[in-house]
Amino acid sequence: MTELDLLSFIEKNAKCTITDLSMALNESEEVITNSLKELEDKKVICGYHTLINWDKSCTEKVHATIQVSCSPEREHGYDRIAKRIYMYNEVESMSLLSGSAAEFIVNVEGKTMQEIAHFVGRKLAPIEGVTGTATLFVLKQYKKNGVILDTDDNYDDNERLLVTP
Amino acid sequence: MNMQDVLSDKVKSIAPSGIRKFFDLASKMEGVISLGVGEPDFDTPWSIREAAIYSIETGKTFYTANQGLPQLRQEISKYLNRRFQLQYDYEDNIIVTVGGSEAIDIAFRTLINPGDEVILLQPSYVAYTPGVQLAGGKEVTIELKEDNNFKLTPELLKAAITDKTKAILLNFPSNPTGGFMTKEDYQKIVPIIKESGIIVISDEIYAELSYEQEFVSPASFPEIKDQVILISGYSKAYAMTGWRLGYVCGHTDLIAAMNKIHQYVIMSAPTAAQYGAIEAMKNCDNEVVKMVEQYKLRRNYIVKAFNDMGLKTFMPQGAFYVFPCIKSTGLTSEQFCEELLKEQLVACVPGTAFGKAGEGFIRVSYAYSIEEIKEAVIKIKAFLDNRK
Repeated sequence: MTELDLLSFIEKNAKCTITDLSMALNESEEVITNSLKELEDKKVICGYHTLINWDKSCTEKVHATIQVSCSPEREHGYDRIAKRIYMYNEVESMSLLSGSAAEFIVNVEGKTMQEIAHFVGRKLAPIEGVTGTATLFVLKQYKKNGVILDTDDNYDDNERLLVTP
Repeated sequence: MNMQDVLSDKVKSIAPSGIRKFFDLASKMEGVISLGVGEPDFDTPWSIREAAIYSIETGKTFYTANQGLPQLRQEISKYLNRRFQLQYDYEDNIIVTVGGSEAIDIAFRTLINPGDEVILLQPSYVAYTPGVQLAGGKEVTIELKEDNNFKLTPELLKAAITDKTKAILLNFPSNPTGGFMTKEDYQKIVPIIKESGIIVISDEIYAELSYEQEFVSPASFPEIKDQVILISGYSKAYAMTGWRLGYVCGHTDLIAAMNKIHQYVIMSAPTAAQYGAIEAMKNCDNEVVKMVEQYKLRRNYIVKAFNDMGLKTFMPQGAFYVFPCIKSTGLTSEQFCEELLKEQLVACVPGTAFGKAGEGFIRVSYAYSIEEIKEAVIKIKAFLDNRK
């Protein structure tokens, strides 16, 4: 078993038990446990998350992608400003971009549009070094983390016959 | 009018498929978990689907050349060279067929005269025996043993060849056993094939689904290449079972003869599927690799699960089936599968559906997610525990 085998497998099967991983990867449970611990300690594995399609739940959530323009700081570049932004709980993910008018893309989540507007206007935009923001509200998510969310409820995705040659 | 009277003797002589019988039983029951299918659970890669859709959008809805789109045959030729170092000229040595099934049929019908013998390895894919019979031939079977990992040995081959032997059909990696032949295994039988002059029909539909060892085609041995009819297709490697597209490669004279049947019976393979296949061969190697990685993990899982529950199962080197031995239960293959289905609602296929040599085994497909396999395995274990 290589590190890559383990990572590729749990990326798509995070619910698998150590026993299942041991069987699929043909390794002892002890080796699997130690490998996972090592990868977690090295922050190669950063967490085990559940992918939820909130549109299909009863919970109302609003997502927005915010383009943030800013000026870099001497000796720190963009990193210190980035930290002041990503430390907010509202921020789901954040990236530094090249080739764009904005420096950062910040994905935020809130209960209402007003809550997001409040975050942008009161917390994000006033940060020193931030020179502009453009907030794009997400109307519908089609695909996330490689999983298609836009599935047709009436579509039976298992029409294979029970027994075939 | 008794319609049985109008049927041809050949058709009447063909036995119904053991798979069909079991499908009828399983399909009448609700909530069945199946490990009985011989097709990938992955969707056809999107770029292949897109290419086919685009071909229809742009009006490419005509018949193609009988042998298949020249671009596709060129891609097949390049693919076989790139993957397996085989040389086939796209104009003279390749026909695009309606699945590997058509390729097998036209190969048999091209070669067999009444009474000719064709060697089939058992257990084997369900269509081989009727294919030989419908072509007027007589099947001679070689039983492959689990003790030898379901491989063909020179001793078995020598013993089966007679003056009437016209051909042998090889299918490695094998459906249903997962048996695999390495280069060294082939080196032992190639001299016998060369000396006897028999034709090898090599069904290589599972070639890409090879795990620890590199797939080797008998056509890669120069001394017998002209004796080999290579058959493959898109169903298994590219998850394209419903597209019904395959191909056959071989000596110019054999291909020209097979094309006579193909052009009158089929005309040409479906056009949109051929455009999808061009995309598959040009740009989908990575997609195949991803699917093979998943099959391998599932194979490891299921082989260990069966061995742990006391059903001896050897580790197959290819395809997506395991062939556990169920002799320890005292049940026949059919009894085992029927009782398992009725008691635990799990469908597997009796080994006897693949010939008498399959008695004492069941075919289990692992073309399912780990979660589905795990659920089925728990039920099979409960079935065995209830018998202790």
